[in-house]
Amino acid sequence: MTATAPPRPLEEPTIGIPDVRGPGVRHSWIPMAIAAVLLVVVSLVALCVGPVAVPLSQVVGTLLAHVPLLHFHTNAPAINQAIVWQLRAPRVVLAGIVGAMLASGGAAYQGLFRNPLADPYLLGVAAGAGLGATIEIVYGGDSSTLLPLFAFVGGSIAVLATYMIGVAGGRRAWGQSIVLAGVAVAALLTAIQTYLQQRDQEQIRQIYNWILGSFSVASWSDVTLILPYVIVSGVVLLAHRRMLDVLRVGEEEAGTLGIHPARTRLIVVAAATLGTAAAVSVSGLIGFVGIIVAHTVRLTAGASYRIILPVAMVGGAAFLVGADLIARTVQAPAEVPIGVVTACIGAPFFLFVLVSRRAGQRTMGGTR
Amino acid sequence: MTRLGTVIRLADRRARRGAVPGDERAVVSLDGVTVRFDGYVAVDSVTASLARGEWVGLIGANGAGKTTLIKAVAGLIDHEGSVKVNGTLTAGMGRRERARAVAYVPQSPELPADMSVFDYTLLGRTPHISYLAVESGDDVAHCARLLERLGLSPLAHRHLSTLSGGERQRVVLARALAQEAPVLLMDEPTSALDLAHRVEALEIVDELRREWGLTVLSALHDLTLAGQFADRLLLLAGGRVAALGAPPEVLDESVLERAFGCPVRVIRTEDDELVIVPRRTATRAEVTEGAGTGQPGGRRHQAIVADDAGHEEEAQ
Repeated sequence: MTATAPPRPLEEPTIGIPDVRGPGVRHSWIPMAIAAVLLVVVSLVALCVGPVAVPLSQVVGTLLAHVPLLHFHTNAPAINQAIVWQLRAPRVVLAGIVGAMLASGGAAYQGLFRNPLADPYLLGVAAGAGLGATIEIVYGGDSSTLLPLFAFVGGSIAVLATYMIGVAGGRRAWGQSIVLAGVAVAALLTAIQTYLQQRDQEQIRQIYNWILGSFSVASWSDVTLILPYVIVSGVVLLAHRRMLDVLRVGEEEAGTLGIHPARTRLIVVAAATLGTAAAVSVSGLIGFVGIIVAHTVRLTAGASYRIILPVAMVGGAAFLVGADLIARTVQAPAEVPIGVVTACIGAPFFLFVLVSRRAGQRTMGGTR
Repeated sequence: MTRLGTVIRLADRRARRGAVPGDERAVVSLDGVTVRFDGYVAVDSVTASLARGEWVGLIGANGAGKTTLIKAVAGLIDHEGSVKVNGTLTAGMGRRERARAVAYVPQSPELPADMSVFDYTLLGRTPHISYLAVESGDDVAHCARLLERLGLSPLAHRHLSTLSGGERQRVVLARALAQEAPVLLMDEPTSALDLAHRVEALEIVDELRREWGLTVLSALHDLTLAGQFADRLLLLAGGRVAALGAPPEVLDESVLERAFGCPVRVIRTEDDELVIVPRRTATRAEVTEGAGTGQPGGRRHQAIVADDAGHEEEAQ
């Protein structure tokens, strides 16, 4: 070996090396399989249940009939086919996409800011989208076709402002200064939004409904509207799942492992913002998804973002499809705002997570 | 440690010692390395060179610039002068390339509480995995062998928060070694450990650098251990090189006294090892006399006895 060659210290054959990673890693496909099964089951139930009950066979037949190149023909009545494909399917798909986006965005932010309470709205995307939506409702006239665009632009501008203020505010404690900037930007935008909303009493109800979130008017056009952003965002986040693990050792050490922490974080923030802003622009501000789904996955499937991110994506979709199913059935024919449902499940669940987490640490003899 | 072991180690040192800048055997060469913080010079024109497989111990008082110099070599802070690894300027390397050349064990590493030992070790493979990919089977096998070698296999699935101080130290070392870099930088790697674990941790590093030809630069605050483990010592004072040479040359009473501002005694054991003992301003006999008279010296007695207990522990 020459003096310039780096050492290759461990060149023994790979045979006979015990898999020492422990059961958690070797069976990492199990949480993913559970989340996927859950998503399929919840989606099928959501397609069957409603004011008109459609049998499962007709639902499956209708879905198969829309698979390209399959040329499947179903005997389901045309009205049931229309209910399933035109009313319920877009709603289920949209709820799934939004749930996947909010849950993975939340998981990414928790890793990025090393803060378990971080959710995708941390940097002001919700406040910005709320203000954008309010402006459109107050000044936009009767048509609401521009509402998603206004919400999307508002949310993106808010995060951009937060990021620039936070980075200018201090290079050392990146996470802290940017979170504080997020709090300030969100407070300011929410104040402006409240002012606009109060000036025009007639539209308060419409604004309020948007803020609480709903999928009641979901259509395939909503799905195609946000799909490009969501796909870009989802792919970028998934590709960075190992980077989120590396960033957990902090700025300095991550830097000595061969990555550029500041650049990596900027990419993840940009991707999460793009996806979250697109999601809330069609769904309104649905809370708690980003926190509880990621934490459930973390508790049950392990702490590595290589597992958390993809499982949270599928689990988040299942969670929001289920929440929307509850929102439209518990008080039928009236609808409960979906934000109320997620918070009602979310708050008690969050307490459970906190308590069981502490108990789990005690049994492992952990100090932190 | 046996006398034979000491003889072999001394012979080994003689063979390796004396790489100079420009020497083709040099793996690390520092030339006029200077670090300034807002006009304050923390490291001042340090020139040194480390041969392949050599262990250089960085010693000096608090604030002498040990950590700053190590961070400069690791590429974490900007510096003037040049740092070369295997003839290539680190300043011109990309981050991945640098991480494959130099591994760094910080003084107080950040250990995510719920991360497993295995996942943590895998982080060390980052410079070998392309940016958006995940680890390959080779990376996993490499880390498994590394943990096996360091006796950490039984801990592989444990969370970092459940480890003892000595185990943590070995796990951080495992992560750094997973980078497969020819140069290992350590900043006071054993400061949180008791004496037995300190020696154990340093012995592991010593074994591995002999096996693999690792070049080691480490800050060590325990001068006796520094003299036992390092081939050469680099003594920093006020950011400058106060002495650079074999332990017997650097661990000299007058040299140390100047650098640390504290009188010391260097005792040579029968195994030719050097023990550094700080000289007390008041001797034990004086203290006992003061207490016996029942004079105000009694209070002084208490304070010094408490201090003494600490020294006793250090010297054991």
